[in-house]
Amino acid sequence: MAHTHDDHEHGEGSELPDIELRVKALESLLVDKGYVDPAALGILVETYEKKVGPRNGAAVVAKAWSDEAYKQKLLDDATAAIAELGFTGRQGEHMVVVENTAQTHNMVVCTLCSCYPWPVLGLPPVWYKSAPYRSRAVADPRGVLEEFGVEMDDDVAVKVWDSTAEVRYLVLPLRPEGTDGWSEEDLARLVTRDSMIGTGLALSADQAPEGA
Amino acid sequence: MNGAQDLGGKHGFGPIDPEPNEPPFHDDWERHVFALTLAMGFTGQWNIDKSRHARESMDPAHYLSSSYYQIWLEGLTRLLLNAELVSREELEAGESRNDPVPLKQIMRAEIVPDLLAKGGPADRETDTEPVFSEGDAVRAKNIQPPGHTRLPGYARSRQGVIAAVRGCHVFPDANARGDGDQPQWLYSVRFTAQELFGDTAPPKDEVHIDMWESYLDAV
Repeated sequence: MAHTHDDHEHGEGSELPDIELRVKALESLLVDKGYVDPAALGILVETYEKKVGPRNGAAVVAKAWSDEAYKQKLLDDATAAIAELGFTGRQGEHMVVVENTAQTHNMVVCTLCSCYPWPVLGLPPVWYKSAPYRSRAVADPRGVLEEFGVEMDDDVAVKVWDSTAEVRYLVLPLRPEGTDGWSEEDLARLVTRDSMIGTGLALSADQAPEGA
Repeated sequence: MNGAQDLGGKHGFGPIDPEPNEPPFHDDWERHVFALTLAMGFTGQWNIDKSRHARESMDPAHYLSSSYYQIWLEGLTRLLLNAELVSREELEAGESRNDPVPLKQIMRAEIVPDLLAKGGPADRETDTEPVFSEGDAVRAKNIQPPGHTRLPGYARSRQGVIAAVRGCHVFPDANARGDGDQPQWLYSVRFTAQELFGDTAPPKDEVHIDMWESYLDAV
């Protein structure tokens, strides 16, 4: 298979246009063989491009901030509590929620591949799957946080969760001050994707984006 | 395996460089690689652990210089060839030259939403009891199998504490070889950052790793 071999030898320059052709040929072949249903491919892409994303996780977090009983359920059995909001399935079959406190900051990584809680966060960003984050998140989480603009006090314990099994982690960030009485909808706007991975914090009350 | 995928604690990869407002896919071919990987995974010709092993078995230099969807494409290509679902000639030509292999199931469009919503849980019934309980001191074994394992290199021989019992889960090392689920108890094990990365690590910091029972010795 000269094709793959060539990609390998020449590196970046020749790889990109080549890869488009390679993927087209692969898809044609698999459709031709009857192994894949082209309509199914479209639904898969649409689901993860348009329907599933970090707004799901933000709804979970906002509810936990607003409802103490729900928060307790979330910490006791995250899979069931998240399913109550309708977020279930692939890459979220075994959910664990880890709570940030004044003394503890949690951060999630998958050093061995790209494990990520799809039903609540969607597909992972490129940096989450790439060598710089995967190599440093466990050994230098504070340096990583600094790169994301977060300075973590020495008094705060940083806990990193390496997703080596089929358990998927979601960080419950600290609720920002000055948000007493806010609706779940307004609170959810403060919950960023990175705050649920643990590479960021929730936005402060005055950083709230305009309502959609 | 001691492949390029085992990245925890390695140096020299540079800044993380997050992209603001990053889209789920950057090029159209990525959408296709993503969807083809999921659709072919459903055929039951391999499992998620075999998929991970196909990706991590890439030449290390190639793995580290590839984007993640390039890695998925390489993995899928290897899986298709190993399962003899396609030939190299057919991959080159982009069309079928031989009769297709009969598959036990195909991901039809109408079942996709239900499949995604259900997922594929990895926990299994067992009549065994977990050997370890919360609070037990344990040490990760120094195992270095050439095949698939989910014991990261940076944790080998390190001592930690059982933080939680996660249930009885499919054992990836066996499943990736095609030897079946062979489920084992899975634990969340808490290590201090200093135990893993030395005395210069911040004293309060910890790393939690999910580990199967056979990765662990009692201390």
